[in-house]
Amino acid sequence: MNPAIQGLLTIVIGVSGCVGYFYFSNQLLDKVLFPARGEHAGRNINRANMVRPWLFLFPAMFALGLYLAYPVFETLRLSVTDRDANDAFVGFANYQQMFGEAKFWEAMRNNMLWLIVVPAAATAFGLLVAQLTDRIAWGNVAKSIIFMPMAISFVGASVIFKLIYDTRPVDQEQIGLLNAVWLQFEGGIGSFLFLQVLPALILLSFAAIVAYVGYLYVRPFVDANESPGGPLMSAFRIVVGVAAAYFVYLALANTLAVLTIELPYGEPQTWLTIPFWNSFFLMVVLIWIQTGFAMVILSAALRGIPEETVEAAIIDGATPIQIFFRIKVPQIVSTIVVVWTTITLTVLKVFDIVFAMTNGQWETQVLANYMFDKLFRANDWGVGSAAAIIIMLLVSPILIWNVYNARKEMS
Amino acid sequence: MDGIAGTRSTLTWVVHITVLLLVLAWIIPTFGLFVSSFRTADQITGSGWWAALFPSTQNEIVRVADPDDFRVADGDEFVVTGNLFGEGSSKEISVWGTSSRNIDAFTAGDTADLGDGETITVQANGDYEWRGNDDQISGRGQRVFVTAESDPEFTLRNYDNMLFDEDNVEGMANAFFNTLTVTIPATIIPIVIAAFAAYALAWMDFPGRALLIAAVVALLVVPLQLALIPLLRLHLGIGIGKGYLGVWLAHTGFGLPLAVYLLRNYMVGLPRDIIENAKVDGATDFQIFVRIILPLSFPALASFAIFQFLWTWNDLLVAKVFLIDATGETTVMTNRIVELLGTRGGNWEILATAAFVSIAVPLAVFFAMQRYLVRGLLAGSVK
Repeated sequence: MNPAIQGLLTIVIGVSGCVGYFYFSNQLLDKVLFPARGEHAGRNINRANMVRPWLFLFPAMFALGLYLAYPVFETLRLSVTDRDANDAFVGFANYQQMFGEAKFWEAMRNNMLWLIVVPAAATAFGLLVAQLTDRIAWGNVAKSIIFMPMAISFVGASVIFKLIYDTRPVDQEQIGLLNAVWLQFEGGIGSFLFLQVLPALILLSFAAIVAYVGYLYVRPFVDANESPGGPLMSAFRIVVGVAAAYFVYLALANTLAVLTIELPYGEPQTWLTIPFWNSFFLMVVLIWIQTGFAMVILSAALRGIPEETVEAAIIDGATPIQIFFRIKVPQIVSTIVVVWTTITLTVLKVFDIVFAMTNGQWETQVLANYMFDKLFRANDWGVGSAAAIIIMLLVSPILIWNVYNARKEMS
Repeated sequence: MDGIAGTRSTLTWVVHITVLLLVLAWIIPTFGLFVSSFRTADQITGSGWWAALFPSTQNEIVRVADPDDFRVADGDEFVVTGNLFGEGSSKEISVWGTSSRNIDAFTAGDTADLGDGETITVQANGDYEWRGNDDQISGRGQRVFVTAESDPEFTLRNYDNMLFDEDNVEGMANAFFNTLTVTIPATIIPIVIAAFAAYALAWMDFPGRALLIAAVVALLVVPLQLALIPLLRLHLGIGIGKGYLGVWLAHTGFGLPLAVYLLRNYMVGLPRDIIENAKVDGATDFQIFVRIILPLSFPALASFAIFQFLWTWNDLLVAKVFLIDATGETTVMTNRIVELLGTRGGNWEILATAAFVSIAVPLAVFFAMQRYLVRGLLAGSVK
């Protein structure tokens, strides 16, 4: 049968089946099982109303249970069994095998890098665009364009960026934008300023911001006027402080590296094969896609800020920069967290970009692609399932946080 | 609200320029691929896509027509005339030469002396006249080195080749219809199922409702990676195997949490009066749902439909696992593009066109329905 006809048929059968199910099950309930007449009319109406929600819910619950809830447990089971040995229980052997693989740790390391860079960059760009476009006449056009990559598939975006990163031999015309720009740099003072001093300054300002945020969190321990809160909050403050100190150290060390590095001027680079940095070239693709999402949500949040607070700040003589960082941002922190966590979820599941651009070669592996590799190329279901469980574990803090918030909101 | 006081005009300019730079940075990648899809393979390898936007100067080596076939007697001399670029070209020659060491020896309109009375004249539009005696005007045609400026040239041949050429085994037409076949049922069916469930969760009272809503929120973030192996096993076990039915079911399952969540949040905000009045008037839940809730929920339904459409159209992973079998008959566009990236890594005329064929439909949907997409995003992000 032609797939198109099959598709049409499926729509018709699926939709009419669903509607028919709902209609006839309701009829059955009201007319046959618990008719609203006779001596038990009142009791029957009550009973029918008790059953009806489950009629409405059943198809969705069934599908959700079968396609999302059951697989979680089944994957957990598969991760502790061996497919070749007739699904025998093998304990943590799969995990042990996975932890012994260099590729797995490479994927973990890259995933952590993705987790830090992509949500931060996408949220920051989104916030920047949301704030700036709010003030100008053609802001909506600008927003539309920056939002547009949301509609483009990861695979399509990979092709788009592969063209940018394309490399030709040194004696040919470069057709990749990045190499064409790169070859404009000759190694003079301009190149030094633009490619070494500017990144160094960006790193330094990043270090300054992180240090400031870290300081805000640990201040209650040194400042007698503030209380660090309960033990949980204290622990959180210490974690944030330590993490901030680590990032400041990283940023400072890299600043030095950037300033002293010898760049290979005049040679076209194969960007996707440079270890460590190639991960960043892949991240650019996801940042490019996700910025539009962050922008839309944050833009709505910025518009929701009560105008009086901004007006009061203007009257008090605050500069636009101060207004943005000290009046507006604190009021939309909860939205920023939502955007951040949503992008984090996308990052954890990122598969297509790595699969299409490098397939994990040249040290760009990430967990989702590692898992796919194990499942469908190595045919090792045990280790593949173990990798999936690792992804699930990384997602679960966000899952718990979301459920907690949703429940709080409802009550 | 920022313009009330304290803003300076320099700052406004900084804002305009920053936004302009950001917009350019965001549009240029797509634009580059778009332009490339309208260039021939030679053009793409010859120069970067940005060069295609401006008249370009190129050096070419052209041979005049074969004298044995085209020479014409003129008195005791022979002449070969014609156009270096063929008729109807827009190229314009600035300088030319007859030796590779001296390619700019003559300007357009000059006559070059090739020795012993043999001459060649080349005009700016490419017309030439090669003149000499029987011996000279024979063998192979004279070589001419030209430096010509040509207008930007674009062609639709790539699209013709990728979409309408029946013999092209790498064509996208088949994959395009496969993608469409996957997408439409996978968009419509979850809506129907989710709408009923959302109504129950929004407007019906029953024990365990809060728990179910929490479960939906939790399932919203479960990575579908976990579902791949168990479900593939299930599908193979119950005889669905790899195919359209499997991929429709999978997309339905994976799309449901967002659908239920979005629709439930929207329905709960509908005015209580309408629903209660209808109940008082004796309407059943089924009637209320079909006659009142569904029409009122149109914006939320549209939002989810767009999400699910974009997601299923752009999906690679689910199709690879649940749909595409060893024969490759049912390949979707994203998968075809990834294959092309592997086999045709350097053929950008093929890659760019293939990518744009697959991008075009979501982009059209995006620009037509942006309003609903934004609304859906705002409602769908867990607050």
